[in-house]
Amino acid sequence: MDLLEYQARDLFERFAVPVLSGRVATTPDEAVAAYEQLGAKTAVIKAQVRIGGRGKAGGVKLARGAEAVAATSAEILALDIKGHRVEQVMLSPAADIAEEYYFSILLDRAAGGYIALCSVEGGMDIETLAVERPEALVKLGLDPVVGIDAETAARIVEQAGFREEDRPRVADVLTKLWTVFRDSDATLVEVNPLVKTAGGSIMALDGKVTLDGNAEFRHPEWAQYEQTSGDVDLERQARELGLGYVKLDGSVGIIGNGAGLVMSTLDVVAAAGEDFPGKPRPANFLDIGGGASAAVMANGLRIIMSDPQVRSIFVNVFGGITACSDVATGIVNALEMLGDEARLPIVVRLDGNSVEVGKAILAEANHPLITVKNTMDAAARTAARLAAEGN
Amino acid sequence: MSIFINASSRVLVQGMTGKEGRKHTQRMIMSGTRIVGGVTPGKAGTSVLFEEDPVPVFGAMADAVAATNADVSVVFVPPAHAKAAVLDAVRSGVGLVVVITEGIPVHDSVEFLAAARDAGVRVIGPNCPGLISPGKSNVGIIPAHISGPGRIGLVSKSGTLTYQMMYELRDHGFSTAVGIGGDPVVGTMHIDVLQAFEEDPDTDLIVMIGEIGGDAEERAAEYIAANISKPVIGYVAGFTAPPGKTMGHAGAIITGSKGTAAAKKEALEAAGVVVGETPSLTAQLARDAIAHLRVASTR
Repeated sequence: MDLLEYQARDLFERFAVPVLSGRVATTPDEAVAAYEQLGAKTAVIKAQVRIGGRGKAGGVKLARGAEAVAATSAEILALDIKGHRVEQVMLSPAADIAEEYYFSILLDRAAGGYIALCSVEGGMDIETLAVERPEALVKLGLDPVVGIDAETAARIVEQAGFREEDRPRVADVLTKLWTVFRDSDATLVEVNPLVKTAGGSIMALDGKVTLDGNAEFRHPEWAQYEQTSGDVDLERQARELGLGYVKLDGSVGIIGNGAGLVMSTLDVVAAAGEDFPGKPRPANFLDIGGGASAAVMANGLRIIMSDPQVRSIFVNVFGGITACSDVATGIVNALEMLGDEARLPIVVRLDGNSVEVGKAILAEANHPLITVKNTMDAAARTAARLAAEGN
Repeated sequence: MSIFINASSRVLVQGMTGKEGRKHTQRMIMSGTRIVGGVTPGKAGTSVLFEEDPVPVFGAMADAVAATNADVSVVFVPPAHAKAAVLDAVRSGVGLVVVITEGIPVHDSVEFLAAARDAGVRVIGPNCPGLISPGKSNVGIIPAHISGPGRIGLVSKSGTLTYQMMYELRDHGFSTAVGIGGDPVVGTMHIDVLQAFEEDPDTDLIVMIGEIGGDAEERAAEYIAANISKPVIGYVAGFTAPPGKTMGHAGAIITGSKGTAAAKKEALEAAGVVVGETPSLTAQLARDAIAHLRVASTR
C-alpha cells in the first residue's frame, strides 16, 4: 500500500522527523483557506498522486497570494498525470533549500533483510544516480533487530560524506526514519530530497512510504489510508467481493486459480492472440484462489462480464486440492445465477483432481456459451479466436 | 535419494489442531509422510485422531522434539502467531521448517529468517505449498496424486504452476518438487534448491519456474552458469503483467526495469537454460532433454 505524500508527511511528523507544515485541499477554495492557515507568503502546491514524474507534468508549482493560489491549484486539480487524476493537492511553505540529499530504507529480497541507501547528491532520480555515479550512493545492509541505531546512523553519514558539522543532525533524522520504517511495518521509506535549509536545519521535504498489506491486522490506524483513487471501478468492486483482480486493456477475460497459473494464462493468451485479427490480449488478471465455489465463480464472471471491452472469457483451473468437479458445478451454477447477464462465450480448461467428473458435468449442462478444451494452449487459442470474432 | 526430506523424515505439524492444519495433516499422512506429532500452545497432552490413529499434541516445539525426535516442522499457524511459531521451531533442534502460512507481515519473516540463519536451520517459505518427494514424504499442501516418483527436480515460486508442471511431467515423475513461495522474502531461494539438486544423485534434470518480481531468477542464472552441470529447463510467468501492479503474490510485482519476465528469460538463456514459452512447451523441452540424456548414457 503506497501512501500519498501528505500521508507520509503526517506519518513522519508523528515520529518527530522534521518536516514542513503541509495542508491538503481538494478544491481551489480549500487551497486558499489552507494557504491562509499556513501563513507563508509563497506556497508550494503539489499534486498528490501515486506516481513519479509529477514535476515534469506540471503537478508542482509555486504561488504567491490568494488569487494565484486559487488559480494554480485549480490548474493542478484539473491534471491527469499518466492516468492518475489529481484529486488532492498539498500546500506547504516554500523552503529555502541550501542542499539536497537522498535517503531510503527498503526491503532487500536477496539478503532477506533491510538495506539503507544514502547519498549527499539528492534531488535527482535515484535510479539514474545508481547507474551513473554508483560511488556516490552508500548501501548498507541492516541488522533486522538493530536497524539504524546511533552507531549505524553515524556510520551511514560518515560513509555518505556529509560535512562533519551536519553529521549529528542528519544521523538523528536517520534513526527517526528507522522507527517510522519499523513501527509502521513499512517495506519502503524514502526521502527525496532530504534537505538542509538555509538556516541549517535538516528536513524531510518529500517522502514516499509503502506499507506491508499483510500487517494491516495490527494497524487499525491504517483505515484512514483506504485507497480511494488510482483504482478503476471494476478493481474497487472486485476488492469489495474479495477477489484478486487487476484490470488490463485487452478483450479476453481471464479467470484462474493461483497467481502463478493466472499470470501464465495471461502470457499464453497474449501469445495466442498474435495469430488473430486485432491481436486480442488479456482483459484482466483474476485469481479466484483455491476454493472456486459457485458464488466466487459467479462474482468473478460478473465482474469480467461488466467490463465492456471483454469479448470472450477463459476459465483456466488446475485442480490441486480443489476438485475440478466442484469448479465445473461452480461454473454451471454461476451461469444459472447470472441468467441473461451471461452473454459472452466461455472457454473452460480443467486439469487435475476429478477432471473427468468435472468435464462430464459441463458436458451434461450443455450450456451454449461453454466450450471445453483439453489443454491450456488450445483453450487460449479458442478464447483468442472468439474474442477476435466478437469484435 | 531426494532433497531436504526423505522417507525417514519425522515431521511435526505446528497448528495441527486448526482446520487447515488438520485437513492437510490427514493428506500428508495419506501420502506416506511420517507425522510424529502436532504443536499448539496450550494444548499439550491432547491428541488428534487421524483414521483412528491418535497423533500427540505438544505445547512447545522443544517438548515435541524431545519426545518424538522429529527433524522437520511444517507450519500452518495463522499470520498473527506465525512469527512466534517459527521462532519456537528454529530453537527446537529441527533442521527444516516449512512455512505454509500466507499473509505473514514481511517484518516478521525478516526476523524469523535471521534467527534461522543464525541457528543454521533451513526455512522453506513462507507463503509456499511446501515440498514433496513422491512416495517418500510430503511436507505441505502439494497434492500427492498429481505425480509419482521419478528423476526430475522441480523448483518454483508458485503453487499452482508447480502442480501444473508436475501434472505435465507425470509420465516421468519427480525426485523432489519444491515450492519456495511467492513472498518478497523467503528462506530458501532458487539457488539453494538448484545446489541441492546438483548434489542429489537421483536427480537427472532440473525444471525451474520463475515469475516476475525481484532478481532471484537472474541470480539463479549466474549460479547455473557457474555451478550446475545437470540440464536445466526454465519457464517464466508474467510477460503480460503491467509494471507497478501486484499480481496476487506479494512478490509478483515489477518495480523498475529489473524483475521483468523478459529480463529473467534472457538471463536464463544466457546461462544455457532452455526456456519454454508455455507450461506445456516447457514440459516438452524437459521430455526432449530426458530423451537426450538417455541416448547419451547408452552410447
